Amino acid sequence: MPRKIVVGYDGSDTSRRALDFAVGIAKTNDDQIILAHVLEWSPYSFLTPDEIEERHQRRQDELERAEAVVIAPVAEQTRTTGLTVSTVLRYGHIAETLCEIAKEQGADLIFIGRMGHSGLSARIFGSVAGTLAQVAPVPVTIVP
Amino acid sequence: MNFRPFALILATVTAGLAAAAPAAAQTIDERVNEIFASSTGWFVNFIFANFPGTSFPWIVAWLVIGATVFTIYFGFIQFRAFGHSIALVRGDYSDPNDAGEVSHFQALATALSGTVGLGNIAGVAVAVSVGGPGATFWMILAGLLGMASKFTECTLGVKYRNEYADGKVSGGPMYYMVKGFAERGLPGGRFMAILFAIFCILGSFGGGNMFQSNQAHAQLTNVFGAYPGWITGVIFAVIVFLVIVGGLKSIARVTEKIVPLMGVIYVGTALIIIVMNAGMIGDAFGQIFRGAFTWDGAVGGAIGALIQGFRRAAFSNEAGVGSAAIAHSAVRTKEPITEGFVSLLEPFIDTVVICTMTALVIVITGQLITDPNTGMFILNEAGTRIQTIGDTSGVALTSAAFSSAFGWFRYVLAVAVILFAFSTMISWSYYGLKAWTFLFGEGQTKELIFKVIFCIFVIIGAAANLGPVIDFSDAAIFAMAVVNIIALYLLMPIVKAEMNSYLSRLKSGEIRKFA
Repeated sequence: MPRKIVVGYDGSDTSRRALDFAVGIAKTNDDQIILAHVLEWSPYSFLTPDEIEERHQRRQDELERAEAVVIAPVAEQTRTTGLTVSTVLRYGHIAETLCEIAKEQGADLIFIGRMGHSGLSARIFGSVAGTLAQVAPVPVTIVP
Repeated sequence: MNFRPFALILATVTAGLAAAAPAAAQTIDERVNEIFASSTGWFVNFIFANFPGTSFPWIVAWLVIGATVFTIYFGFIQFRAFGHSIALVRGDYSDPNDAGEVSHFQALATALSGTVGLGNIAGVAVAVSVGGPGATFWMILAGLLGMASKFTECTLGVKYRNEYADGKVSGGPMYYMVKGFAERGLPGGRFMAILFAIFCILGSFGGGNMFQSNQAHAQLTNVFGAYPGWITGVIFAVIVFLVIVGGLKSIARVTEKIVPLMGVIYVGTALIIIVMNAGMIGDAFGQIFRGAFTWDGAVGGAIGALIQGFRRAAFSNEAGVGSAAIAHSAVRTKEPITEGFVSLLEPFIDTVVICTMTALVIVITGQLITDPNTGMFILNEAGTRIQTIGDTSGVALTSAAFSSAFGWFRYVLAVAVILFAFSTMISWSYYGLKAWTFLFGEGQTKELIFKVIFCIFVIIGAAANLGPVIDFSDAAIFAMAVVNIIALYLLMPIVKAEMNSYLSRLKSGEIRKFA
């Protein structure tokens, strides 16, 4: 039976490897790929008055750019493999938002790259992969 | 971009000032003072004129009556909606699909960093040293009533803002005066808007600017010893110039992150001092209540306490002034009233919590000198305020009070004062600019002219004495409230309709929490 696979994709090399790995597995079972891109955002950060004024426009720009540069080309490319591909674009805490997407879409698996922070900041705040491994509602595959 | 010529002018002025020092340093300060006091005196006298035959300034009555009318008209909304306001800030009612837009929390934090400033540190010290501990009682009461004023003005600010094609928004009292009056068929909206904009520009130079640099300088001399005010002024002016003209957002962003932290440290330290002197708490509240209603030796007796308390509360939380309406109007929300609910928390945090902390620390640490025989406060020789240990006032008094418990705190306070002053200046430069563009239209050159004038006032503020600066700061900000509150009276039925509609939908479950 075909499964739904959420792939966290941010345009980085490791997230690309995660996608390729996921595609390889999906092909054997005709699984559905859900490309998820999360823009890091906290509603509790602090903004200056100018930033508040520009925020709405900035958000539109960020969404358009993410769609055009990060998501659309790779979604198109993945579709050429014959798999069903859908995309999700969200703001939020990366690990938490990926979990939410997985729940909403009724996904069976999550694939992500071992990406992003290294060294000190990961030690203090935890990495996305580490957090996801702990809180995800479905099995997570972390690709190095 | 004609940024360079102005930078050059500023550099030349700075170099010129530096060349004139040090021989003429004192005289520069004195001359600035003299010109300043003589040119703003009439305005100050008008705003703070007393009711005939009394020593009660009409402007204080104006603000309190306004806040009381809104409190009653909206059925004590500040208490009824307090819980809902907190739920809004926590994001319980935020649509997850709107993530990435400005959150209620961010709007509140930014508006607060504009109001939490020297009013909370220096202003309260002035109120307590002039009006006695009793001023605290009236300050708290003014803070609670002021929540209703903020609720009214911020709801209107969002409802009647202008949205432009490029996604930017401009809002504030100017816009609700024009559009709201037109909608209700009332005349004079544009006239009032222009008047408000003029006062707002003056306020942005006064309380939002000169008072801040003045008190920042006072705290610096308190820590490092006396030196001419214009030096602090020029340094501040250059940094402010870099941020608002040069677009050095990184400075502003760093400040915005540190300011809340400083606020927490400030309140935390105050709480520790209060807990350390737990035995004095009862006595302190005794002094506050006694001073609020009876003569305790302070200037002007109970009425003096009331005037000082109300005056400093209004200056600190800016409720009814209209500045918060400018800050909140940039926020995207489907329901304008939700910004009103969020904004009513500001006077609570600013005045009821933070100002009260300052006052309690000053009273508890025994800074105010009483006559051991009568228990009455002793006034200084001029009879203008209560004698304090070390003969201090303003931010120096707060510093002395905190330092009596923790010697190192005056260094923390110096940093806090500078950061608070800076963030308040940045916020007010935005408010002033919005008023300026309302009058003169948007455009890079026009905006640059305002920003340069703003920076010049930073220098003047640091060089002038506390007396004339604090009077002008108050006068300019209260002048905004004169116009704004008239508009609020005329437009409050619109807010009531919004409020009733929202609350009934909240009750029926049409508006509900997102899981």
